[in-house]
Formats: sequence, structure tokens, C-alpha cells
Amino acid sequence: MMHFMLLFSRQGKLRLQKWFIAIEEREKMKIIREMTQSVLARQPKTCNFMDWKDLKIVYKRYASLYICCGMEDQDNELLTIEIMHRYIELLDKYFGNVCELDIIFNFEKAYFILDEFLIGGEVQETSKLSVSKCIEESDLMQEVSPGMKDTLLKVISFRQQPTSRVQCRCSCFTEGKKAQVQKDG
Amino acid sequence: MALKMVKGSIDRMFDKNLQDLVRGIRNHKEDEAKFISACIDEIKHELKQDNIAVKANAVCKLTYLQMLGYDVSWAAFNIIEVMSSSKFTFKRIGYLAASQCFHEGTDVIMLTTNQIRKDLSSPNQYDTGVALTGLSCFVTPDLARDLANDIMTLMSHTKPYIRKKAVLIMYKVFLKYPESLRPAFPRLKEKLEDPDPGVQSAAVNVICELARRNPKNYLSLAPLFFKLMTSSTNNWVLIKIIKLFGALTPLEPRLGKKLIEPLTNLIHSTSAMSLLYECVNTVIAVLISLSSGMPNHSASIQLCVQKLRILIEDSDQNLKYLGLLAMSKILKTHPKSVQSHKDLILQCLDDKDESIRLRALDLLYGMVSKKNLMEIVKKLMIHVDKAEGTTYRDELLTKIIDICSQSNYQYITNFEWYISILVELTRLEGTRHGHLIASQMLDVAIRVKAIRSFAVSQMAMLLDNAHLLTGNTQRNGICEVLYAAAWICGEFSEHLEEPMQTLEAMLRPKVTTLPGHIQAVYVQNAVKLFATVLARQEGAGDRQAAQETTELLIEKLPQFVQSSDLEASCILQLIKYIQKLQAKEVSVSEEVSALFAGELNPVAPKAQKKVPIPDGLDLDSWINKPLREIESEDEKPRAVFQVEEPQHSRPRVPEIDEKELAKRREVRKQEQASNPFYIKSSPSPQKETANVDHIPVVQIDLTVPLKVPGMPMSEQYVKLEEDRRQKQKQDKKKDKKKKKEKEKKRGKGRRLDSAHTESEEDIAPAQSVDIMTEEMPENALPSDEDDKDPNDPYRALDIDLDKPMVDSDKLPVQTHRPTEGLKSPDPVAGVEEQDEKKSSKKIKKDKERKDKERKKSKEEKKKKKHRKSTPGEEEEGQVEKPAPAAAESKITALPTAPPTEDFDLDFWLSSAPVPSQSQPELVDPAPSSEPEEPKDEEEREESKSSKHKKQQHRKEKEEKSKKKKKKKHQDEGKAKSVQNGTLEEEEEPLPPMTNYSLLAENSDIKMVSTGQQGARMV
Repeated sequence: MMHFMLLFSRQGKLRLQKWFIAIEEREKMKIIREMTQSVLARQPKTCNFMDWKDLKIVYKRYASLYICCGMEDQDNELLTIEIMHRYIELLDKYFGNVCELDIIFNFEKAYFILDEFLIGGEVQETSKLSVSKCIEESDLMQEVSPGMKDTLLKVISFRQQPTSRVQCRCSCFTEGKKAQVQKDG
Repeated sequence: MALKMVKGSIDRMFDKNLQDLVRGIRNHKEDEAKFISACIDEIKHELKQDNIAVKANAVCKLTYLQMLGYDVSWAAFNIIEVMSSSKFTFKRIGYLAASQCFHEGTDVIMLTTNQIRKDLSSPNQYDTGVALTGLSCFVTPDLARDLANDIMTLMSHTKPYIRKKAVLIMYKVFLKYPESLRPAFPRLKEKLEDPDPGVQSAAVNVICELARRNPKNYLSLAPLFFKLMTSSTNNWVLIKIIKLFGALTPLEPRLGKKLIEPLTNLIHSTSAMSLLYECVNTVIAVLISLSSGMPNHSASIQLCVQKLRILIEDSDQNLKYLGLLAMSKILKTHPKSVQSHKDLILQCLDDKDESIRLRALDLLYGMVSKKNLMEIVKKLMIHVDKAEGTTYRDELLTKIIDICSQSNYQYITNFEWYISILVELTRLEGTRHGHLIASQMLDVAIRVKAIRSFAVSQMAMLLDNAHLLTGNTQRNGICEVLYAAAWICGEFSEHLEEPMQTLEAMLRPKVTTLPGHIQAVYVQNAVKLFATVLARQEGAGDRQAAQETTELLIEKLPQFVQSSDLEASCILQLIKYIQKLQAKEVSVSEEVSALFAGELNPVAPKAQKKVPIPDGLDLDSWINKPLREIESEDEKPRAVFQVEEPQHSRPRVPEIDEKELAKRREVRKQEQASNPFYIKSSPSPQKETANVDHIPVVQIDLTVPLKVPGMPMSEQYVKLEEDRRQKQKQDKKKDKKKKKEKEKKRGKGRRLDSAHTESEEDIAPAQSVDIMTEEMPENALPSDEDDKDPNDPYRALDIDLDKPMVDSDKLPVQTHRPTEGLKSPDPVAGVEEQDEKKSSKKIKKDKERKDKERKKSKEEKKKKKHRKSTPGEEEEGQVEKPAPAAAESKITALPTAPPTEDFDLDFWLSSAPVPSQSQPELVDPAPSSEPEEPKDEEEREESKSSKHKKQQHRKEKEEKSKKKKKKKHQDEGKAKSVQNGTLEEEEEPLPPMTNYSLLAENSDIKMVSTGQQGARMV
């Protein structure tokens, strides 16, 4: 069972944390600090595993982002790498060529995707397609259901300059999917 | 209303949303804390508003701040408010915030129970999904107890999306509320054969996790998993199943035999490295369980080792690491097959990756033999010198000691060499493992009698050069070595050539800078030395010198009196007394030596714990009693010995007083913590075997220039040892008449480990090694039972799942009907809520029924398809329907039948290993061969001949139908799971799990692609 999954930048800034075990906030902070330090200290071209206390730490670097998981002793390390890679693939599929900024500005989406993929430290869905289908459907609910949403969106977009590349792409993304789902339906 | 909403949205216009917050934080790098505290004030203001959209926005921002490390626990109640919003958009944010911020200590968490229950039974699958996901993060024992039944119901939801989430979350519920395992297990088992591959894999995951902790309860599932394994094409699932088998095989070697073939097939065929690795691991587990040695399994071992060699030789560091890791598992049982790859492993020691070097070090442990030990250690010593990080160097140090000391120093032929290695290791700066070296020195000096004089001379040198060790920092761990050095010099002072010089070294003023416990040992052993010196001087008739020595002690000892340990002041008094006696021209040396008479033997690690407390002994008042009493209990009166080490001479009476034992254990532990040695008052049988007379002290035939002021060089001994071996070989060739040779032989025969198998073991050790057995109190056995951790959370899940369920195995259900006699555990449940629950329950039940019906019809269809000629099956399917529904209302107390299960397993295991494609014995139960199982037989006959007996008992029916289902699945197993596999394939064009194997094959391509991504990022 996975104990935690962390995403952090090369500067050691935490981008995402998911805990599958119940521990205190202070303990979490301590672990995060230790993880970022020891993972960032690793030389390039070394293996992606470390022993830490009674856990196995598996990490992988994707561009400027590190993804790091704490696994139990008996877990399969390669499978963990596979899980991390699959998660990045899912993010990539959702955001379309994902980058660190996507995760910073849409961190809740990154969590939602993770929640559809893993639950309680176990893989719940191995198929990329079903995960993204679930995400799209629930996104659709989120976009459509509140009646005032459209108005709000207008107000917000009026207030904001459409400089954010991320947001533009995101809204395109959901709209495109909407059309597709309607067609399917 | 509309006005209010518009007002809300206008309000919101001026609020920051999450993106604004993130951007703001990025723009305020220099005064981040100030900006964030302003934001938190804003958020607090927003949370006070009625508009739920504003609140949700605020909570979303809080979640982000929580990730940055800010405390947001004050907003827990607002989070719950957002969670209970009817709109999915906000609910989702609320649950996300809850799953990030809530933990067991959050007090408002109990308020969520009813909200979660409502969401779980929501008609919208995403509401349920979000609630389940949230619950998985913050489930508490209370929530688990209250919601277990709801989640269990969801395990049979119509939508696979909900089913798989519910199945996975059940594991968390089991951990928090172990009582739920028993009633939920039958349904969990059902899910192993769920038509949806996702649900199936979820169930496999959960059972795999459960079985890893308590494998014996899940043995009966082995046939089912075997079938899944041979039919599944999903590597994610396969890996879990194979891991599960790895946990089961140690309990049932027959299972291992059955597994070998399909596993080796998989090893040969698969391209996914993760699967290959898991297979190899399980094969290793199987081979360990079959260690009795089946000849035909050497092939599988060879296969594993070969595959691992390929992994280790791979350029991918991950595979190299894992290959070494798996190798070390093989090493335990099949050291020879690993030893043939010594070259490769030694090569890995030079790898630039520290993790890999550490793994290679683990392997070295099993690679050493008498022949190559010195060579390997020499190599390691070079690494110690080169090592840059202290952690790695410390690891090397421990490994050197581990390797040398393994199985009672089995591979050490020359202890002079070993001592000099230890002395060399003391030169390491900043190591944490000083105590380790110290305990090795003590151990060797005590156990290997022949080495004592050499050890003493080396230790005396260490003491002389103590300033080199203590260095500048006082916290230097290496000064622990001085503890050992002082003790060895004191205890075996008769071997010292110049005790006076050592005594002076021990009384240097610098010693007072050492830690207290080391000072104490110094003082104590100074007196031992003093006794020796005195004896020699008086023996030579030099009273003047003896008095001068006493003078020296009296002069030097006061510097220790300030120390926190008592030793110094009481010894000072003793010496003063001696001085008085000396002044009266009394010969004191004999009495002083008598203080330290007797041999100290090594004690088994748990011996102290096992010493029974005699009846009349009260440890609490012991210290205050006059010493005379204890003396009288002791067999040998030892003058003033008790003044020195009173704790050593505790009398031992074999009666145990249970009550007092526990009470005093603590006291004793503390007392003995400071004292590693323990003298027995009566000689034990082990001691007799270790009779000193039998062990001739062999002359060290090579004189070594020991007086070099620096440290000894172990290399000299390597060379000397080689010469010695050469000589020995020649001697052996000539004749074996030499007395020395005989003695050596005898010495060897006494060794604990008989390693006569290899030819290289013919090398006789240079010193006749007297490995003394560790002492234990009489009638005490070394056992591990007290090692178990009573707080292990998984212990509670150790439940025999094959036993029929009893009434107590029920999940608490919230209900308004008192007739069911179930308590309503939720204290907040009011009338209103109950009504709500009632209706929601109704909906749930309806849904369930629908679900059941749908499932049934599906199953029937399948049955028709697969067994058109069995009308009884049809009937069975119909009878099946009411049973689960009834069970539902009775809190699903589904009994399983242990005898049939057990029988199944035995039967399944006893049959010869079969090829994976067909398992005839699963289908054909061979009814005639089991007269002791009439019910089972009956049942099987039914399924075959469609003679269906009506209504024995409802419960039995249930059991049978399950049985049937199982069998049916076994019948169609192949076809169905292939179907599953293809389904998965259709959904996803990519074959599952090929990534890593691709990654492994051409890692360069992968690197490039991530690199491109990197270029895109700023």
C-alpha cells in the first residue's frame, strides 16, 4: 500500500501531497522536508529507490517536477514507477502536455485526477480511458449544474485579462469534451 | 432570491479566486507571510457569508494554503458546510479540503457521519464517489463503525465505478474497525469474480493486502487465485496475485510446487519487467518454502539467478538495484548459486550509485568463505578510505563487522588479523559506530581465549594513543572504543607486558573529558590493573614500588571524583584503605586480586530477562539491606567483591514469582543496562564444555613488530596468514604427527558450525578458537515470543474467515426497528435523521434488489450460454435470489462452510501440478473418493446430475449457490477471463504495463521526451 505521494519542484516547493495514512500534520511536514531534501540530493543517473525508515521511497523526475512515493516494504518498486508514470500520463492527457504551472494553478484538478486513479493507496483504475472519462463526466457536472455558473464565468472573465494560457486551454478542453459527450449521448 | 444570487456573484467579483491567490503568492515572494496572512483574513471574511459559492472558493484557497504548510484546522466546520452543499461543484471542493485537512484528531469529524451517509446513497454516482474518496482519507474508527454497513452495501452497487471504490475503501474500514472484516468478507470474496475487471482487481488488491498480514486465513482462497492467475491478462492484477502467493507459500509448500510451473512460464514469456521481478520474487519465496530440496528445482533457481544477472548487468540503475535486492533473497537459501556471480557483485561495489553499492554490500555477506574473507575485507577497507559520505562509510563499517562476525566468526581463520582490522577501523573519524567496534573487541577478547594476549597488547596501545581517538570533539562516537580497550586491559591484565605503563595511560588527566560511563570503566579497570601491578611488585618483593603505585593512584583518582558515576569515590576509599595496610607492612596484593577473581562469560541476549526472581527477594528494598545477607547466600565468599559489582552476584533460585517478576523487570533492566557482564554464581554445563584446560594456548608462530608507535596494519597479517596457510598445506602433506596440528584440529572440531562441505574449509584457523556458548539461566529457552509488537494494527485483522459466522459478527446498522436488537451507535441520530435514513435505506434496498436482479439475469444468461443442458442450474439461480435479500435484512450474515473449503484446498493441493491451461480436478470433484464429506459430495452431485433437493435450510442454500457459482466460474473460467482481458484491450489500445519494459529497453528515448517537456517548462 502506498503511504503518500508528493509532487515537488526542483526548488523543493511542494506542489501536491496526498496521504493515504492518517498521521499528524507536524509529522507530515517532517516527512515532506526529509523527502525533498534526500530526493533532491540524489545524483542524476542513480536508481530511483531509497530506503527510508521502514518505507521504500520511489521517486522519479519529470522535467522540473519530482514525484515521490512512500511504499511499504513488500511493494513492487517497478509497479510504483508505473503508477507514478501513469499518473503523469493522466495529467498530460487532461491538461494536454502538462507542465508544472498547470498543477500549480489547477491543483484541485490534479487532486481530482489522482482520486480517480488511486484510492486508499491502491490503484483503483488501471485504464487511462476510464479515469479520464470519469473526470470529464464529473467536470461536466461541475460546469453545468450551478445555474449561475455562466454568469459568474462571464463576470470573472471580464475581470481577468485572458492572459493565463492554462485557463484558456482548460476551458477549451472542457467545452470540446462537452460537445463530444453530447454527440456520444 | 435571484437578487441575492446576483448580489453574491457581484460580491464574488471582488474576491480573489484560487488563481489570484496563487498568482499573488508568486508575486509577493519577498513578503509572502504578510500577503498570506492578509489572504487568510479575507478568507475568514468570506467564510462568514451565506453564499455557498463564496464559501467554497474560500475553502478551495484554504486547501492550497494547507499544502503550503499553514494551519487551517480552524476552518474545519466551514469545510463541512461546503461538503454538505447539494451542488456537486462545491461538494467536490469540500470533500477535497476535508481529505487534505481532516485527521483522526479533528473533533468536528463526527458531525460528518450523516452527511457522508447521505452522499453515499446519492443517486448520482459522482456524489457517492467523491464521498468514498474523501472517506478513504479521513476515516476514523467511529466513522468506520457507523458506515461499514453502508459501504458494504455499495460493494454490490449497480455501477462498477462505485463497486470498485467501495471494495477498496473496505480495506481502510477493516483497519479502523476490524469487527467488520468477518461479515464483509463473503461479499469481498464474491467481488473476486465480479464481471467488471476493475472491481475484480480492486478485490484482489484488498485481499492481497489483508493476506500479506495474516496469510493463514486466506489459504482457502488459493485455488480461486490460481485460476485468476492462469487466466488473467492484466499485469496490474497479476502482480498483486503473484505477490499474494508469495505470502501464502511459506504456509503451504504444496502450493509452491503447484506454482512453480506457471510462474516459470511467465518469467520466460513476459516482457514487463515489473511482472518478471514479482515472479522471480515469488519463485524465490516458493523455493525457500521448499528448502527440503527437490532436485528438479535447481532449474528454477538457475533461471531466477540468470534473469537476475541480466537485470544486474542492465544499464538501467533501477533494474540493477532490484536485481541485487532479489539476489540477496536467494542468498539465504541457495548461497552457492549466488556465489558463482561474485565477480558481478564485486563490480557493483564500485558503482557510483550509493543505493546500489549498499545492496551489493548486503550480498557480500553471503559470499565470504574462509578463503576469500581477507581479500574481500581488504577491498572493503579500501572503500572505507575512499568513501565520501559518512552514512555510506558507517554502512561499510557495519558490513565489515557483520561479515566477519557472522555465524560465530565462522570464516575468520586469523583473529590477529581481525583485531588489527578493528583497530584500523577506529581511525575512522566521525563514525557513529564506535560502540559496535567496541562490542566486537570485547566479544572477540572474551570468546577467543587464545587471542587475549594479542588483544591486550593492541588495546594497551590504543589506550596509550587515546588522544588520537578522542580528537577534538567530545561527541565523537569512536571514543566508545576506549571503553572496550580499558575493560580488556583491566580484565586480562595478566597478559600485559607493561601494566604500569598502561595504568599511567589510564590515569591521564585528559581522561576526564571522556563521557561518564567510559570514565567509570577506566576507574574500575585501573584498579584491576593496580591489583596486577601490586601482585607483580609484591611478588618481586619490591614493597617500595608497590607503595609508590598506591601513591600514584591516590594522587590521580581524585580527578574522577567529580564524575557522576559512583565508582571513583568508592574506589578512592578502597585505595586509601590499602595504603593504610601497606603502611603497616601487610601484604595486600592477594586480597586485592581476590576482588577480581573469577571468569566473566558471555551471556545470551535475553538471558537477563529470563532470570527468575527468587521468592524472598524484593529488589526495591534490596539496596538498603546489609551486604552480609547477600554474602551468605552466595556460594563462594569473595571478600569485598560486592562492593565493586554488587549486581553481578545476585543469587539465583529457580522459583518464579509471577507477580513480582513483571514489577521488577523494569528495575533490573535499568540496573543492568549499565553493566554488560554478568557472573553466574554456579557453573553451568556450557561452562564445563568450555574448559580452559582443553584449549591449548597456541603459540603465535610469527612474531610481529607490535611496538610500532602507530596502528597495526592488517595487511601484514594477510600476508602472514597466507604464508601460514601455505605452510600448513605442506605440513599436512607430509604428516599429521605434529602435535600442534592435532590441537588445531581439535580446536576446529569444537566449533559450532560444521562447515566441512567445501574443500576450502580445510584451512585451519591460526588460533584455536574457543567460541563459548552464551549462557542462559537454567530451564530458560531462547524464544522470540516476546518480540511481537502488541500494538500491531494488523493483528486485529487476524480473524479466521473460514469459520461459520456467529451472531456477534454483524455490522451495526442504524435502524428504527428495535426488533433486530441492534444498537444505534450514532449519538446524534435524531428522529428526523432516522426518517431520512429510512427513506435512503429504502432507496438503497431497492437499488440493491435491482442490482441483484440484473446480476442474476446476467448470470442466468451466462449459465444458459455455458450449460444449456442443466435445468437445475436455472432453478438454483432462482432460489438464489431470495437468499441474499434475506441475508441483507439480517445484516448479511452469510455463513461459509469451512469443511468444504478445507477439503477443496487439500484436494486441490494434493493433486499433481497441472499445466495452466486446464484444471480438470477443479471441475471434476471425484465424488467417490470423499466419504467423509457427504454434504459436499451431495452438492457436487447436484451440480452434475441436476438433482436438486428442495429447501434444507436457507443458509445452506446460500452457501451452495455460492459454491455453484464458484464451480461454474471454474468451468467457464478460461473463456470468461479471456473475455475480460479482451474487454480491457478494447478499452485501451495500449497493452497494459508495457511502459516500464519499454523504458528499460531504451531509456534514452524516454529521457529525451521528458527533456522536451522540460524545455517547455520555465
